[in-house]
Amino acid sequence: MPFKLSTAPYLHQANSVAEMMRQVLYALIPGIAMYVWFFGWGIVIHILLTSMTALSCEATLLWLRDRPLRPFLTDNSALVTAWLLGSALPPFAPWWLSVLGTAFALIFAKHLYGGLGYNPFNPAIVGYAMLLISFPSEMMKWPHLASLSGHYPSIVESMSIIFTGQPLGGITLDALSSATPLNTMKTQLNKFHTVTEIKQNPIFSYYGAKGWEWIGSTFFLGGVWLIYKRVITWHIPVAVVGSLFLIASLFFTIDSDRYPSPFFHLFGGGSVMIGAFFIATDPVSAATSNTGKLIYGIGIGILIYIIRTWGGYPDGVAFSVLLMNIAAPLIDYYTQPRVFGH
Amino acid sequence: MTRLWQFRGGIKLDGNKSLSSEQPIAKANLPQFLILPLLQHIGVPAEPVVKVGDKVLKGQIIAHCQANDCYLKMSVPLHASSSGTVVAIEPHSVPHPSGLTALCIVIETDGRDEWIECSPIIDYTTLSPMTLRQQVAMAGIVGLGGAGFPSHLKLKSAGIDTLIINGAECEPYITCDDRLMREYPDDIVMGAQIFRHILGGTQHCVIAVEDNKPAAYSALLQAAQGRVTVVKVPTLYPTGGEKQLIHVLTGKEIGKAQLPADFGMVVHNIETTRAVYRAVKEGRPLISRVVTVTGNGIEQPQNLEVLLGTPIQVIIDQCGRKSDIKQLIMGGPMMGFTLPHDQLPVIKTTNCLIASSTQAIESPKPTMPCIRCGACAQVCPVNLLPQQLYWYTKAKDFKTAKNYHLFDCIECGCCAYVCPSYLPLVDYYRYAKAEIRANEQERQKANLARNRHEFRTFRLDRDKAEKLARHQAAAAASQPDKQVIIEAALERVKAKKVPNHSEEKPIQEESVH
Repeated sequence: MPFKLSTAPYLHQANSVAEMMRQVLYALIPGIAMYVWFFGWGIVIHILLTSMTALSCEATLLWLRDRPLRPFLTDNSALVTAWLLGSALPPFAPWWLSVLGTAFALIFAKHLYGGLGYNPFNPAIVGYAMLLISFPSEMMKWPHLASLSGHYPSIVESMSIIFTGQPLGGITLDALSSATPLNTMKTQLNKFHTVTEIKQNPIFSYYGAKGWEWIGSTFFLGGVWLIYKRVITWHIPVAVVGSLFLIASLFFTIDSDRYPSPFFHLFGGGSVMIGAFFIATDPVSAATSNTGKLIYGIGIGILIYIIRTWGGYPDGVAFSVLLMNIAAPLIDYYTQPRVFGH
Repeated sequence: MTRLWQFRGGIKLDGNKSLSSEQPIAKANLPQFLILPLLQHIGVPAEPVVKVGDKVLKGQIIAHCQANDCYLKMSVPLHASSSGTVVAIEPHSVPHPSGLTALCIVIETDGRDEWIECSPIIDYTTLSPMTLRQQVAMAGIVGLGGAGFPSHLKLKSAGIDTLIINGAECEPYITCDDRLMREYPDDIVMGAQIFRHILGGTQHCVIAVEDNKPAAYSALLQAAQGRVTVVKVPTLYPTGGEKQLIHVLTGKEIGKAQLPADFGMVVHNIETTRAVYRAVKEGRPLISRVVTVTGNGIEQPQNLEVLLGTPIQVIIDQCGRKSDIKQLIMGGPMMGFTLPHDQLPVIKTTNCLIASSTQAIESPKPTMPCIRCGACAQVCPVNLLPQQLYWYTKAKDFKTAKNYHLFDCIECGCCAYVCPSYLPLVDYYRYAKAEIRANEQERQKANLARNRHEFRTFRLDRDKAEKLARHQAAAAASQPDKQVIIEAALERVKAKKVPNHSEEKPIQEESVH
């Protein structure tokens, strides 16, 4: 009786791509729940929209590219893109923003480059950046924190705003919206107010910004769980958060009236934590060697600070990641580890 | 030597060792036919010194290593593993990844298992290292850990100050060294002492045991009595790799192009050490080895002392063959290879046989694209970037792959083990290595052809030039005559004119003179 022939190794650890992506999704859930707690159900509606768009785009593109549907549709990577993008959009953004951003991410940033594993940029961030550049006013319109405005938008109300642009009960959309703390900080600093003055606004808190610090911390915890589960390594998040913290501390020490505290940079929005743990760590578009990851992460941290402080955007996480995505192959080339015995 | 180092990477594997580690080593049944390949190790095959029909005794040399000076050559003699009659010397399939056939001596056993007269050495310390090394070579001893490097060649290096006995049996399932260390610790310690004597009395002698074999460790510790050091090393695959083990013990990194001997070190396997002990103390050549027979296709996984040449089928039957065996692996599951059938003999490098039933074989999972997660780079014990090597190999950019140190890859399989996309990474590297080697051979051949062609052109040109030179020389040699010829011709012309103007001739002649 002939036996089956194959090549070593005959053992494999069962942690598939689909499994890794699923763990990323799990790790996002607490942060998303925090969003719901502070801003209502808008984010969930958007995540549903982005997920449906992502899966349909993925299926269509796979079909057009004559690729097998099943393994790629079930690898959860499209869902990760969808959830990340969905979590980054303002909860009251119009529905087409979600659909457009996700479709752009999946079609242009992912499949036109060759699909899973071949994209030089993180698709979610490409989609987000496209929306930010094309539709700045829609992208900047965030609702008031429910705890501050005393108004917690219900599912029906959120749906009404997202799909028709009309809030219920005669309230105007403008009345519900406000600038994000990061945005407020930037505009007020440009008007030569000091940080101390600006922080009198109730949207800020001692550490960062009300509500946002909780959202940021929850994403941080999700990220730590990913490191614990070995889905990601510590290098990139620590480098991003660490470098941003250090450079912010430096300028804060020099002039604390013109430069907000490092804690404000980390917890003034949810973006740094979600960026450091979930977006910058996207293996496909990041640097790979451990030293490379540190350099890549430090680059992101510094760029975030530069864009926020001297650039035109209040946040800067998305552009920092994109810029470092460009640099990743070069970083990889120059950070090859020393081979054993060389 | 109490400080330990840790190499980068490596993986913790589920050992599956308890399947076979708890019963004492049993003897395998004597088969009716013994099939002994002439080549069971790295190097050149031995040459038969018996004919079909010859009666042989157990331990008798049936094939000599070439030129009879094998202690210098990469070869060892082959011994009959039981008494009987040589019935054939013919090609037979042998355990090899490619399913090769090779020349084998087939012995029909007579059941008496009668030994040839052995000459044990009572006090080896009175013998010179040279004599003992020859004894090791003539006993047919090769590295029994799986690689099969002739042991005597590792015993001639001068300037060795550290002898390491490798008891870090790191591949899952394999327990033959573990059992030997538990049951024959004295033999192993004594074997190590013999090694030391041959090597000119090394300063350090370390037996390294992975910490998942506490019984083996304590047995050795007891037997060592301070004569040799017994060290517990952490269980981490691939600690049993020679260069990895050296790094764990000494912190020294031995590169691809270097040998442990360059660093004053030599490493021998546990069973090799015992074989040397037997060769010296009992005068017995290597005619058997311990084989771990395990896997879920086996009723009673265990370790058997098997006569070399025993068909694998016989020992699988002895350990209880389950009817649904689908795959048979020789060696460990990380670096071993599959056998096409079980009509193959046990050879000197057969340390383990894993028979897997249907349920055990994972249906090959569909591979996904590489997502550059870098898990492979995290576990690579040689610190390579496996995903980069994969990309370059896939793109057939072998030159870049080589620049990324492809040839430093030890094919341990850690990268493929952790790959979430189930990419058969090691296969890609084997393929790339083979392609590069083939290309180099091709290039050498082309170079040879070009050189030959260039030489031919050169030779033809040279011959032509020489010929021309010869002609020119000849012409040059005849040059002074030319004037004479011309003058003669003129003379003749003038002479011809004479009959027409005969009256002028005397005048002309006068004018000439």
